[in-house]
Amino acid sequence: MITELFSTTVLIGILASGIRLATPYLYAAIGETFSQKSGVLNLGVEGQMLLGCFAAFYVAFTTGNLWLGVLAAMIVGAVMGLAMAFVTVNLHAQQGISGIGFYLFGLGMSDLLFQRLMGTVETVKGFQKIYIPGLSDIPGIGEILFNQNILVYGAYLLVPIAWFVLNKTTLGLKIRAVGENPDAADSLGVSVAQVRYFTIILGGTLSGVAGASLSIALLNVFQQNMTSGLGFIAVALVYFGAWKPVGVLGGALLFSMVNSLQLWIQVLGIPVPSDIAVMMPYVLTILVLVATVSRVRAPSALTKPFERDE
Amino acid sequence: MKKFAWIVTFVLALALVLSACGTPAEEPAEVPAAEEAAEAPAEEQAAEEAAPAEPFRVAVVMPSAINDLAFGQSMYDALIRVQEEMGGPEYFEFVYSENMFVVDDAAAAIRDYATQDFDLIIAHGSQYGSSLQEIAPDFPETSFAWGTTVDTFGQPNIFAYEAASHEGGYVNGVMAASLTKSNVIGVVGPIETGDAKLYVDGFKAGVAATNPDITVNVNYIGSFSDVALASEAATTHIAAGADVMTGSAQMVTGAIGKADEAGVLWLGTQSSQASLAPSIVVATQVFHWEVVINEIVALVKEGTLGGQSFVIDLANGGEVIEFNDAYALPEDVKALAEETVQGIIDGSITITLP
Amino acid sequence: MRSRLSTLFDALLPVLATLAALAVGAVMLLFLKVNPIEAYAALLNGAFGSFNSFAETLVKATPLLLVALGICISFRGDVINIGGEGQMIVGAILATWVGLTFTDYPGWLITTVALLAGFLGGAVWGGIPGILKAYFNVNEILSTVMMNAIAVQLMNFLLRGPMIDPAQADVASKIPQTARLLDIFQLPRLAPTRLHMGALIAVGLAVLVYILLWRTTLGYRIRAVGQNPHASRYAGIKVPRYMVMALLLSGAFAGLAGAIQVYGVNYRMITDGSASGFTGSAGFNGIVAALFGQLHPIWSIPASILFGALLVGANSMQRIVQVPSALITVLNGLVVVFVVSSEIWRRRRQRRRLAAAPEEEPSPKPDQTEVQKKEEAQP
Repeated sequence: MITELFSTTVLIGILASGIRLATPYLYAAIGETFSQKSGVLNLGVEGQMLLGCFAAFYVAFTTGNLWLGVLAAMIVGAVMGLAMAFVTVNLHAQQGISGIGFYLFGLGMSDLLFQRLMGTVETVKGFQKIYIPGLSDIPGIGEILFNQNILVYGAYLLVPIAWFVLNKTTLGLKIRAVGENPDAADSLGVSVAQVRYFTIILGGTLSGVAGASLSIALLNVFQQNMTSGLGFIAVALVYFGAWKPVGVLGGALLFSMVNSLQLWIQVLGIPVPSDIAVMMPYVLTILVLVATVSRVRAPSALTKPFERDE
Repeated sequence: MKKFAWIVTFVLALALVLSACGTPAEEPAEVPAAEEAAEAPAEEQAAEEAAPAEPFRVAVVMPSAINDLAFGQSMYDALIRVQEEMGGPEYFEFVYSENMFVVDDAAAAIRDYATQDFDLIIAHGSQYGSSLQEIAPDFPETSFAWGTTVDTFGQPNIFAYEAASHEGGYVNGVMAASLTKSNVIGVVGPIETGDAKLYVDGFKAGVAATNPDITVNVNYIGSFSDVALASEAATTHIAAGADVMTGSAQMVTGAIGKADEAGVLWLGTQSSQASLAPSIVVATQVFHWEVVINEIVALVKEGTLGGQSFVIDLANGGEVIEFNDAYALPEDVKALAEETVQGIIDGSITITLP
Repeated sequence: MRSRLSTLFDALLPVLATLAALAVGAVMLLFLKVNPIEAYAALLNGAFGSFNSFAETLVKATPLLLVALGICISFRGDVINIGGEGQMIVGAILATWVGLTFTDYPGWLITTVALLAGFLGGAVWGGIPGILKAYFNVNEILSTVMMNAIAVQLMNFLLRGPMIDPAQADVASKIPQTARLLDIFQLPRLAPTRLHMGALIAVGLAVLVYILLWRTTLGYRIRAVGQNPHASRYAGIKVPRYMVMALLLSGAFAGLAGAIQVYGVNYRMITDGSASGFTGSAGFNGIVAALFGQLHPIWSIPASILFGALLVGANSMQRIVQVPSALITVLNGLVVVFVVSSEIWRRRRQRRRLAAAPEEEPSPKPDQTEVQKKEEAQP
């Protein structure tokens, strides 16, 4: 049975579903990377995702337009981000805690709206897989890489964009400066508040899209608490990736592929208790980090509110 | 002064968020979106109106939501049906606490209901049992029911109820075995225990009895809420060659979605799931708890407050295999399913669980 | 006089913020066509209305306080422990195992050993992320999130397998729960309610944690490392060791909270497959309670009671006015956001006060040191 794990069907299955599963993590974790790079820890990602899930689903369900759904998720995520930014930047609230508050708010609000507006679980016809003539037909690789829907591609496209913005643009420089040494950035005329508002709202928007990718692209349903801890994993993956978009990508893929591996282990009837199999991605994520002891430091000003000395 | 400006902005900002979210929330009451939306206010009114006769009052505490298309909904729908049968809220009225997945909170809810005069308090979750064991002796005049189990703890005021979900599972298994062409069947479960395990074991027995050569792949995803993982488990089954699938608990909606996309057939349990994917849901084993509730209500009215346990099964109509009309089930398979139901009822088929 | 008023204001600030959040909640209740006054009366009544309901509030507050005590230690050491859920679970598992295995010993002995086992279990589950952070540079947010998920699966595995109630092992619907603890092992009740000894233990430990943090070298070093690791290293403090200690102790208190839930409330472990089914999210809510209490062990007592009251009252509100449970979650979130935001006014006042008084020691990080200095002066 163990040997079956190495058959092509299984390998293709693991890779393809790993790539799919990584999508919501990527959107949310890249967004979180931006806010953490600027010195803000947002633990409310899960709540933003849930509201994004619902907004996208509801709008797509009622209007039949999926892109409007994505837009709605982005707006809702951005509004949540705005509130988070106000609380952390202007009111200097302890970031970890306010994030938990926003998580609870999103968790309850998405459920409440679901009960009031929908009342029952429905499905929607979500984004379809894109068939790319030629590429999609390549055996193996076609199945893994070229048989996904548009939001999956979007997530992977986001990685180089995020890398470029963070490392090669003035905006990126400002974000990093604000996260490393806000006082210095401030004295050079960079508005710490503005930069942080931008990154937190961007993070919220991307969390919204992460939600949309679940509710109208991958799962095509909405259910209360459907993210079920995914947002917290996304935050953890930012640490895994050491605040680099590529690292986040690696973490998301590792976590997702091990998750899909454990599903295969059960399907193939390999005698491992199901609970132990479910543990695998969590254990491995930690182990990989331990094995590759990295000396990367967190942005120095992470979780520290900025206040100008007067 | 600046402070106040901030307070004002903050409150305004939040008010804005709220009104943005809240405004549309007013409309749905009129939208036909949900049947229960119409029913829920009806109950509330009933509480206010002076009931003509003394209504039978029931409180139910459940771990998931009333609209989960699974375990919670099966009880909610049953209570609605009982209410209709008994002539409306003037005769049968009920309140509920949903999403009480924290055992401790559920215990507080049960105790609180017990102090008010409800005729019957239903603890709709097997994890509530030990709390009930503590609470029931303190309220000897109140009747309690809990499920799913057969254990009344020997208390004179506790009823126990259980679903023989392996029976419907068996029938579903027989159908699945007759419908599969690839001879691979996939199962998505939450945690390997309780009602879900019972159903899955019954299902496996049904498949094995029909065709022992069929492979049944089982995947317990370790969660009742992780829709994404349930969906990926379904994808895994499909990649492993499954062309018929089943699953238990509320997170299977994710799996049904994937089945729908791939054109893989689905057999459901607990509450009807046909509405989710009319083209692929073959049939659902639907729980009709009203069979048990009616009996318990009758007993309580006579003055018996507990001490008995009930099972809903195919024989007493508490479990019904509901075929999905939108799916064209081959006549011979349907006949075989009905035969199997008969066989289980008259005892000619016995299900051996592992 | 003025400073006393201002201390009073500081203490009342979380209450005021809670009221503001409830005011926003009132608007939502109106949208749901529920009379907010009626709803909040139900909330208040549910939390404080009778002797029994107040006892329920205290029962709810007990694990919150214990987790909060751990959070006081870890946040002061500048490590963010969001693994309380997992630590509670592992502590409870170990404590339950003790109670189910050693049944031939006197009750007081086993209960004591079991609670210590819970403390130990939590310490292990908190110590692992501590070691990972201190020696392998694995961020504690990542590891504690992962360890929570691992603990849940471990619990599910044990409760449906090796530790399952023998009475459940043979029946068809195997409820994933352990056997019930012997009556003699249960924590004594304090009144004819569910209020148990655990509440007193928690309060006693709050005092101990206060002493630990401000009257012992260990506490001083944990705080020093939290305030400025670089300065501490120069001062000769072994920084990694105290990082581990902060997370380990923090986990230990959460583990004890888990053990006390089993020995004081449930008398067995049951799982619904999720962490919160067992913990009631105390591992998270304890963080909030600690912050309500300004990361101070003594202030965490009233803070936990306030938060416990809110949770108990909200549940009772759900029952009486039949609002969806989701609304309660929203309210909970609003309260957290409002309270944490209101902190700014307290800090502002402190700064003004401190500006008036001469500084006592150099402060590497103005914000945090001020908070601490002020609180050292408080009780």
